[in-house]
Amino acid sequence: MTATLHIPKLPAGASRESGHSHLILSPAGAIERPATNATAAETRDLAYALIRVLDPDGKAKGPWDPGLDADALRRGLKTMQKTRAYDNRMMRMQRQGQTSFYMQCTGEEAIACAFQTALWKGDMNFPTYRQQGLLIAQDWPLVDMMCQVLSNEKDRMKGRQLPVFYSAPEAGFFSISGNLGTQYIQAVGWAMASAIRGDERVAAAWIGDGATAESDFHASLVFAAVYRPPVVLNIVNNQWAISTPQTVAGGEYATFAARAHGYGIPSLRVDGNDYLAVRSAADWAVGRARAGLGPSLIEWLTYRVAPHSTSDDPSKYRPKDDPAAWPLGDPIDRLKTHLISGGEWSEERHLQMTSEIEEEVTAAAQEARSYGTLHEGPKASPATMFDDVYKDMPRHLVEQRQQLGY
Amino acid sequence: MIEAIRDAMAVMMERDDRVVVFGQDVGFFGGVFRCTEGLQKRFGETRCFDTPISETGIVGIAVGMAAYGLRPVSEIQFADYMYPAYDQIVSEAARLRFRSAGDFSAPLVVRMPCGGGIFGAQTHSQSPEALFTHVCGLKTIVPSNPNDAKGLLIAAIEDDDPVIFLEPKRLYNGPFDGHPDRPVVPWSKHDLGEVPDGYYAVPIGKAAIRRAGSAVTVLAYGTMVHVAEAAAGETGVDAEIIDLRTLVPLDIETIVTSVEKTGRCVVVHEATRTSGFGAELAAEVQERCFYHLETPVRRVTGWDTPYPHAQEWDYFPSPQRVGQALLQAMDPLL
Repeated sequence: MTATLHIPKLPAGASRESGHSHLILSPAGAIERPATNATAAETRDLAYALIRVLDPDGKAKGPWDPGLDADALRRGLKTMQKTRAYDNRMMRMQRQGQTSFYMQCTGEEAIACAFQTALWKGDMNFPTYRQQGLLIAQDWPLVDMMCQVLSNEKDRMKGRQLPVFYSAPEAGFFSISGNLGTQYIQAVGWAMASAIRGDERVAAAWIGDGATAESDFHASLVFAAVYRPPVVLNIVNNQWAISTPQTVAGGEYATFAARAHGYGIPSLRVDGNDYLAVRSAADWAVGRARAGLGPSLIEWLTYRVAPHSTSDDPSKYRPKDDPAAWPLGDPIDRLKTHLISGGEWSEERHLQMTSEIEEEVTAAAQEARSYGTLHEGPKASPATMFDDVYKDMPRHLVEQRQQLGY
Repeated sequence: MIEAIRDAMAVMMERDDRVVVFGQDVGFFGGVFRCTEGLQKRFGETRCFDTPISETGIVGIAVGMAAYGLRPVSEIQFADYMYPAYDQIVSEAARLRFRSAGDFSAPLVVRMPCGGGIFGAQTHSQSPEALFTHVCGLKTIVPSNPNDAKGLLIAAIEDDDPVIFLEPKRLYNGPFDGHPDRPVVPWSKHDLGEVPDGYYAVPIGKAAIRRAGSAVTVLAYGTMVHVAEAAAGETGVDAEIIDLRTLVPLDIETIVTSVEKTGRCVVVHEATRTSGFGAELAAEVQERCFYHLETPVRRVTGWDTPYPHAQEWDYFPSPQRVGQALLQAMDPLL
C-alpha cells in the first residue's frame, strides 16, 4: 500500500449532478431545545442534526418556534425582501459601471435579518462582507449604504474601502476588513472586554465556511472556550468559498457545528433559510451570552445563490440548477408561505410590499447617485487619504500630502 | 529595565482602569523576563492574565478590546514569535482607524523582547523593527535604557494609535557595550538607570542626543546606542550619538541638525542589513543633507543571515565594527 492524497472536490456522497443528497437534514420540529444553561455535552447531538421550525407547508413546528407575532414576522419578511431588492439594485448599478464591485447575499437573507432582531442596542456584530441584512434589519438608511458602495462624496468611509465594506458603530456593525477571519478573534476580544467591564453587551462573530480554515478561527474558539466571554460564534455555511466547496474547508466528514465540541463550546446547527429557526437559535445563543453563560457556536446551513461577487462566474464551477436544487428552499418564500398559511399575509399584499420596497430602493438610489458615483461627480479629496492613518498626522505624512499638492 | 517596564504598566493600571495586561506566562508567573511580576496579584486576574499560546489570538483580542474602549497592553514572549500575529498587527490594528474613517480605532500596545546577545540563536534574537516601520498606522519604539523605557511605555499606553514596543532583551539587566567578555554592569551604575517614581511620559517621536560630538553623527537605537558609545570612546572619534528612541514617527529634525553640523553619518542597527531601518535612515539623510555630507553614509548592521548561536559575537555588530565605520566616515580611504 502506498499513501494516496485525498482531494475533496465534491460534497461527500454527492456529485455535481445529483444535488445535495449528502446533507444531514432533520424534519421541522424534530429537535429538542436545550435549556439556556445547557453544557456543551448536552448540545452534542445538535451538531449533527438540523434545527428547523418551518415545515414544507409553511407550518411552524416544535420547541424552537420563537412564537413571534404576525407584525414581527411581516417585518422580517419586509427586511429580507428589502435586502434582496437592495442587492439587485446595487448589482445592476455595478453592471452599469457606477461602482467597481458588489457582493450579494441572495438566499442567505434570513440569517442576518433574523439574527439582528435578537440583539440589543450596544451589542456589536463583527461581520463578513455578506451580512448587509444586519444593517437593513435596523432600518439603517439605504442611501448611506449606497454612498459607501459608490465611493461618492457622502461615503462616510471617504472612498477608502472596497464597496460593501461598511462600518456603523451606532448600529453595532464593526468595520469590515476583507482579510478573512480576522474579525472573529476581535469579536472574542470585544466580548472579553465587555466581561472585564462587567457590562451586558454581547458580541456576534461572523465567518463563512471557507474562512473557518484560517488560524484566527481556531484561536477564537480557544480563547472563547478559555475565558467564556459573551460572544455568539456564527458560521454561515453557504456551501461555497468562491469556487471551492465547503468540503475543502473541512466539511466533508464533520459538520462545522461539531468543531465547537472539540473546544467544549455548546453549538447548534440550524436551517439558515428558516427565519423562525434563525431567530429562535439566535435568542438561545444571545440569551446565554447575556446571562453570563459564555460562548455558543451556530452553524447556519444555507446556500450562496448569487455569485461570490460581481467578479465571479459560478457557471464555471457549479451546475446552473444547483441553487434551485438546494433542499432548504428560499428564505423569503418560506416565511411568506408561513404567513399566508396562517391568514396573516396574501399574494396581493406581498406584491404591494414588493413594489413599495422597489420604490424606496429607487428613490434611495437616485439620491445616492446625486452625490456622485465612483467615476463621476465629487468624491473625497485626495488630501483625505492622509487623514486617520494616525489620530494626529505625523510630520512625514504632512510632507507627503504636500508632495501630492495639498 | 525590567522594573522600569513593570512600573510603567503598574502606574498606568493604577491610573486608568481600562488598562489590561496579558500574554503567555504573563499573569500568575509574571512573564518569562519578569516584566509583569506582581501585577496580577496587585490588580486582579481580570486586569492581568495568562493567554493561550496564540500570537494571532493575543493581538486579535487586543484589537477587539481596544475597539471596545480598553487599553490593552499585550506581550509577545519574543519578537521572533510575532509572525502569527502579523496579520492582526498590519491589516487590523494599523488600519482600523483609516478604514473606518475614525469610527473605530485600536489604541493598543504590543510589547516584545527583541535583539540578541543572550545566546538565543535564530528564534530568540531577532530585531524585526523594519517589519513594523514599513507599516503605515503603527508607531514603533525601541528604548535603550530604563528611564526611557518607563516613560515611553507610559506614553505608548496613553497613545491613541497602536504602538509596537520593542524591548532589547540584552539591556534588561544592564547596559551592554558589545564586549561580552567584560563583567556585566548593572543599571544602578548608569545615569539612565535612575527611574523616577510614579507617572512621567517620554514623548513619542523625540530622539535624544546621548553623546554630543562634532565629527560624525551616529544614528542608533536600543542596544546599539551603548555599542556606539563604546566605539566612540575606543576610537577617539568625536561622534554625536543620537538615540532615536522612536523609529516611527521619526525625529528627522534632530537627525538633520546633527548631520548638517558633522557632515558625516553612520547608521547602526542589530537587524539584518537589506531593507533594514538603516536603509530608510541613510536615504533620509542623503535626501535632506546631501550637500552637507563629506563622506558616504555608512551602515553597520547584523549580517543578512539568520541569527546564529555559536557565532553570536561574529554576527552582533561589535564596537570594533562600529569603530571601523566611524574611522572610515572620517577617512574613506581607510
